[in-house]
Amino acid sequence: MKPKLILALALSSLAVLPLAAQAGPIDAQLATYKAAAAAADAQFTAFSAERGKAFHNRAFGGGKPDTPACASCHNENPRAAGRAPTGKVIEPVALSATPTRYADPAKVEKWFTRNCKEVLGRACSPQEKGDWLTYMAGQ
Amino acid sequence: MKTKFPLRPILVAGLALTASALLWTEAVADGKHFFPPVTDTKVVAECGSCHMTFSPAMLPARSWQKMMGDLGKHFGDDASIDPQLNAEITAYLVNNAADANGGRYGGKLTRGIAATSAPLRITELPKWQREHREVPAWEWRHKEVRSKANCVACHVDAERGYYDDD
Repeated sequence: MKPKLILALALSSLAVLPLAAQAGPIDAQLATYKAAAAAADAQFTAFSAERGKAFHNRAFGGGKPDTPACASCHNENPRAAGRAPTGKVIEPVALSATPTRYADPAKVEKWFTRNCKEVLGRACSPQEKGDWLTYMAGQ
Repeated sequence: MKTKFPLRPILVAGLALTASALLWTEAVADGKHFFPPVTDTKVVAECGSCHMTFSPAMLPARSWQKMMGDLGKHFGDDASIDPQLNAEITAYLVNNAADANGGRYGGKLTRGIAATSAPLRITELPKWQREHREVPAWEWRHKEVRSKANCVACHVDAERGYYDDD
């Protein structure tokens, strides 16, 4: 009985470890956006996964006609793979489905810069980025 | 007494035949439809995040130089990267271009390009168009294909460099 219990504990801690390790970079990124959002808007309190979800699926119309929404390439279901206009398959944007995705803050910023321009036709605000990331972190 | 079936020699011969058939296929592919895949991790990361990482042997050096000099307008997208990284990637593409180290592989594909032109689309090369003339329009529009840049939709081994008729 006892060795079994120890084994179970060891296994469950193994399962938790990678999650704990991944939580680091995305949390740091969110803290950065939170500070920026608060600086930009005194009314700002917290990010919302709900708003992030609406943002992900919304057709903006300010960017390129073939990519009106985040979901155009990244799939409405964040846990499923998406596809770029080039035909290339894009790994899911949900943190649970692609745990390595948000490990590099510079890379996250690079893609927000590039994709916001293509989809919205403008830069995304810190609150928009934070909402979207919060939605993906919980998926 | 029952004669023993000569299983061993048959197996050995079969294996030898399979091995040589495989080698022969690879050799043919190497000569005709093989384009060495990109090995540089920076090139894979930067070029390959939006589209298949095309082999530098598919275009002449002057095409790569022109393309890398105008990444802000990259087929309608702003794909600009920092200058240092741009220089490194350009060097890799130029060194392995069809008229440089990649000549053994890309020489045929890039034949017939005027010396004064620097084509940016592989799919506009005369040889590429001849090779794909039998592909019907509906196949290009198929939801699993979407773009002529999506080689791997039909050439299943394209990521490894093999572009045989599929």
